[in-house]
Amino acid sequence: MTQATVQSKTRVAPGGAGVAKAKKPLSDGKRSERKLGWLLCLPAAVVMVVVTIYPIVYSVMLSLQRYDLRFPDKRGFVGFANYATVLTNEFWWRAFLITMIITVVSVAFELVLGMTLAMVMHRTVLGKGFVRTLALIPYGIVTVAAAYGWQYAWTPNTGYLAQLPLWSGSAPLTHQASSMAIIILAEIWKTTPFMALLLMAGLAVVPEELQKAAAMDGASAWQRFTKVTLPLMKPAILVALLFRVLDAVRVYDNIYVLTNGANGTSSLSITTYHNLISGLNLGIGSTMSVLMFITVAVIAFLFIKVFGTAAPGSENMGRR
Amino acid sequence: MAVVTTRQKASWSVANTIVALYALIPVLWILSLSLKEKSTFTDGHFIPRGWTFQNFVDIFQVGGFTRPLLNSIGIAVIATFVAIVIGTFAAYAIARLDFPGKKLMLGASLLIAMFPQVSLVTPMFQVERSIGLFNTWPGLILPYITFTLPLTIYTLSSFLREIPWELEKAAKMDGATPFQAFRQVIVPLAMPGVVTTAILAFIQCWNDFVFAISLTSTNSARTAPAAIAFFTGASQFEDPTGSIAAAAIVITIPIIIFVLIFQRRIVSGLTSGAVKG
Repeated sequence: MTQATVQSKTRVAPGGAGVAKAKKPLSDGKRSERKLGWLLCLPAAVVMVVVTIYPIVYSVMLSLQRYDLRFPDKRGFVGFANYATVLTNEFWWRAFLITMIITVVSVAFELVLGMTLAMVMHRTVLGKGFVRTLALIPYGIVTVAAAYGWQYAWTPNTGYLAQLPLWSGSAPLTHQASSMAIIILAEIWKTTPFMALLLMAGLAVVPEELQKAAAMDGASAWQRFTKVTLPLMKPAILVALLFRVLDAVRVYDNIYVLTNGANGTSSLSITTYHNLISGLNLGIGSTMSVLMFITVAVIAFLFIKVFGTAAPGSENMGRR
Repeated sequence: MAVVTTRQKASWSVANTIVALYALIPVLWILSLSLKEKSTFTDGHFIPRGWTFQNFVDIFQVGGFTRPLLNSIGIAVIATFVAIVIGTFAAYAIARLDFPGKKLMLGASLLIAMFPQVSLVTPMFQVERSIGLFNTWPGLILPYITFTLPLTIYTLSSFLREIPWELEKAAKMDGATPFQAFRQVIVPLAMPGVVTTAILAFIQCWNDFVFAISLTSTNSARTAPAAIAFFTGASQFEDPTGSIAAAAIVITIPIIIFVLIFQRRIVSGLTSGAVKG
């Protein structure tokens, strides 16, 4: 992926020069190319605008209103009152904290395990296809299906994991710490292979000769990993982290099945969802939606600014 | 690297076995639950003591799982198809043509890929109820198309860049219009990439839970993952464990088949697109 970012600067020639040329009168060919470009993008753009941009705008409008479906008569404009309500609410901040804990812990484990798995998939001399096929199973399996597997595994009497003498017959899914651990475990199991695949793409760009040269200079395997492989993989690692963090922040399916937010495990997504479906409070629900969107946007922004991940929209982001 | 020593073989076998256990144990556990006889659910054994297919029979005959399964298949297939068609157009334009707004298009799709779906649930719930899309197939197909489009556009445009474009030029020299060149030369060459992308998009639609559970209220549009969450067992007083496990296995089978057949393609698609969506 390092190459990708560099290449994009040089390889884009046909597209990159567009700005400079724009002033000159366009040839017929250029004009028809533009037209075709817009025409081909139009359907996708329309769908994306109608299904996301419009609801986002609508969501912002709703968030400025008092709008509870149980009391539709009391609907009215309230300014930022909903934001004040949510942001001073203890449940919101607890959900925020829970979400951050799940995100940080699971992504940290996934990075280490994913790197190990990526190494195995990249280097194994035995049954490469076999290992890769196996690793894809957790990625492909429906999260809800896997989550039920974990739930039953941890249910006393029913589950093989709950039987282990370690927990001495308690019900792990009824306590906060153990529930959180199980939710994080389910997340890690499901998404480590995805992380590993992204990292494997990064491993593929590390030239074999560099490794050999380092080995000849007497570098140990660990030194080669930390001094040669890791620095070269930095862009791939950052892209993988960015995707996984943004994905983990919206954690929903696993929590819904495992605890449905009980025992203090309610994430931002679960809280927002409950507010809508059980609470039918559109004003507050929309406020939460907007706040969640802002949270994700801030995380993405920080990632790009602080770590210098290839900016979204840059031609070859995360590609080789 | 040419000669693989026995010791290397042994250590890699260990590593491979660990990966296999990691990936398979949770799946085998669900399979085991789904095959257990009703009286043995609470024995906690990893391997069933009493084997039966009754749970699978029950979910279709009593549990009404047929309809959600058909919904899932229909909705995922249609959404994937539409996303692939319009995504291919956009990806072609992005990979091949020079036009202002290209960056905006890529930026917007990346934004959507990272968008917290639950943020859309509240407004979509309200909008779909007012225009009559709530609890219908199109009501789910639309958000699925949108959320698979970024993946489609990114993965496909990276595949399309790899195509030998001289062939297109040759076709144009022979008098083909840009559209003819696209349809008759590029589309056949792009097919492998399209298939890969379609599989990834299908997996994503198949996997969705947030929209499925928020934008449906009955089995007329509820997809399989959402339906599982509403399983209560064959009768109200029955433990749904077996039904849930059997249904989970049923919706896992297509994915396992895909993975077995298209492993190479899925890996290349994921690593080249780097977008999960």
